[in-house]
Amino acid sequence: MLQTSIWEFTPLLLRGALITIEVTLAATVAAVLCAFLSGFLRLSKSRILRLIGTVYVEVFRGTSLLVQLFWLYFALPILLDIHISAMSAAIAAIGLNYGAYGSEVVRSSIVSVPKGQYEAATALNMSSWLRIRRVVLPQALPLMLPSFGNLQIELLKGTSLVYLITLTDLTYQGMILRSYDSSKTPEIFAMLLFLYFILAYSFTWVIRFLERRTAKGRA
Amino acid sequence: MWDWSYAFQILPELANVLPITIAATVVGFAAACVLGLPLSLARKSNYKAVSYLALGWIEFIRSTPLLVQLFFLFYALPLYGISFSPFAAGVLGLGLHYSTYMSEVFRSGIDAVPAGQWEAAKALNFGKRRTWTNIILPQAVPPIIPVMGNYFITMFKETPLLSAITLVELLQTAKAIGSGSFRYLEAFTLVGLLFFLLSYPSSLLVGRLEKRFQRK
Amino acid sequence: MDDEVHGGRTPDGVHQEPVVKYRKVSKSYGSTVVLNEIDLDIYPGEKVAVIGPSGSGKTTLARMLMTLEEPTAGTIEVDGELLWHQEVKGKLVPANEKHLHNVRSKIGMVFQHFHLFPHMTILRNVTEAPIHVQGMSRAEATERALEMLEKVGLSDKVDEYPSRLSGGQKQRVAIARAVVMRPRVMLFDEATSALDPELVGEVLSVIKDLAAAGDMAMMLITHEMDFAGEIADRVIFTDAGSIVEQGTPEQIFERPQSPRLQAFLSRFRQTWFMGGVQEASISAEKR
Repeated sequence: MLQTSIWEFTPLLLRGALITIEVTLAATVAAVLCAFLSGFLRLSKSRILRLIGTVYVEVFRGTSLLVQLFWLYFALPILLDIHISAMSAAIAAIGLNYGAYGSEVVRSSIVSVPKGQYEAATALNMSSWLRIRRVVLPQALPLMLPSFGNLQIELLKGTSLVYLITLTDLTYQGMILRSYDSSKTPEIFAMLLFLYFILAYSFTWVIRFLERRTAKGRA
Repeated sequence: MWDWSYAFQILPELANVLPITIAATVVGFAAACVLGLPLSLARKSNYKAVSYLALGWIEFIRSTPLLVQLFFLFYALPLYGISFSPFAAGVLGLGLHYSTYMSEVFRSGIDAVPAGQWEAAKALNFGKRRTWTNIILPQAVPPIIPVMGNYFITMFKETPLLSAITLVELLQTAKAIGSGSFRYLEAFTLVGLLFFLLSYPSSLLVGRLEKRFQRK
Repeated sequence: MDDEVHGGRTPDGVHQEPVVKYRKVSKSYGSTVVLNEIDLDIYPGEKVAVIGPSGSGKTTLARMLMTLEEPTAGTIEVDGELLWHQEVKGKLVPANEKHLHNVRSKIGMVFQHFHLFPHMTILRNVTEAPIHVQGMSRAEATERALEMLEKVGLSDKVDEYPSRLSGGQKQRVAIARAVVMRPRVMLFDEATSALDPELVGEVLSVIKDLAAAGDMAMMLITHEMDFAGEIADRVIFTDAGSIVEQGTPEQIFERPQSPRLQAFLSRFRQTWFMGGVQEASISAEKR
């Protein structure tokens, strides 16, 4: 009897998993963009630019993701008199939130590239743009990957919150199934946890793959 | 648009719920520490089976959403006869989830104590318990206090999740206020502000603590 | 009087315009004065060795020419053009990045700790700047790079990564990387100080070949007194931020005039052998 129940759940849960993956990927792209943008802002020579970067990071790190989600979905539309879809609010909130955490990873990795590399590039008369692009970043990126991997998992877990703004993700579908048959609640939640775990491991595997690929040439 | 008088009107109602949010954080944090220490010891156990089981548990809990874990505790367990109040389920969920992070923090703290300390304790014939309480833990804990502080702040920011299992804390109250008057802007903004005003100075404090310990 | 500033003779004995001119160059960090109103000329193709105790300011002298540090006062001219300043409407203003970039193209530097790019192969380390800074085609840059790497004796390592090379090999690559840019002046900042003793020779040999090849001026900050004596046209002794004495290697090493120079040299030499003065150098600061 348990067998048939699990098979019944699966299609609906997979549909939810698809939405979860969609949100995760889109939010990851947004987060990476925010992380690099704000990371560079905080490394800028201009005090104003540094301040803007710091304000962004501290505000989004200092408030709760769920509150940010609710604010973007319920409060911002009122403020700007516009309509924001649940998907947009989700991607924006999650992207901005984890981008703020990623910003520190970007900043500290770039700072840890030895000063001698900057000087050697200058001695070869490289412009600062060339220097960043071909000498500093290629050395900073592998340093960022482990922390980015951790943030990726946190981001995936964060997407479960979009259920609370009625986005039909994995958690949402789980709750729907529950409403059909509440006696199956433990099994449904166990499956949810299991599916999230598989997703998390897949992402971890991708990051490990990237780590190995960028490690070429290093001792 | 933004209404200042309305904002000030609802502020007391929000502030009144703050103690619950803080209480949930404190109890949840305590639970995480209490559950985390045995977990870290299990990870360090010489019995491979125990160590791997602990690792599996930690990986599983850390890789799956706290929200779903809370749902499990609050909605699934009653089917087995175990019923929790929203607050109890909330702090238990927080505690279980973050105990996995705490266990890693404790492990690194314990590993940082030089091997010589263990040997000296043995040479002086300290029993296992005394070694831990008098020699190892007093050296392991102070350096990890800043990290623990950061997790405390993180858990504070996670308490709004407890609104999903009907705990009446800050976010839930804001939702109630908002849906009653259809004015979500002030309510949610104030909640965000309250979180920021509490967590940002705390993170600065933790940063200062970290520098103090680095200097030692 | 003129000779003090412009040093000894120029390589071909004819009076030429200096390729580098330091005029009243000073550098301080807060209240610490590292260089004090330095006047110095370097001629095209001239090999100048700079010796002196640590903290005497000799490295700063080179770094300011390479635009890695900005002078607190004074001007530096390269090939007749001001390096750190520009003339705008008849007035001297601090140079912008574009100007620095233009003048910097005439200077090259080899560092004590090599600073090879670890994420690039040896070949790429040497071709990177010619392609992306000088706009050379990949084919031409590769050809030049291979030529240079052969000159420094590393043709068999072109596809390796720096982590697989010894210190001496890394420094030879660093030299190739800098020389392939064809600067007018090459700076060597204690190029062998970070090398194990048995690896020093291979690098000195490369530098010697470079010096003999001819038209590039060289500033060698070094503790290798014998080497300095061999290839330098002029030796400069700095101490406490000033040029205390300068002259030909013979003048500096065998007839030091100032007490400070004499004291400095005595740390590096051993004297008295069988009634005569026998000098042997011991490098006191080998790592």
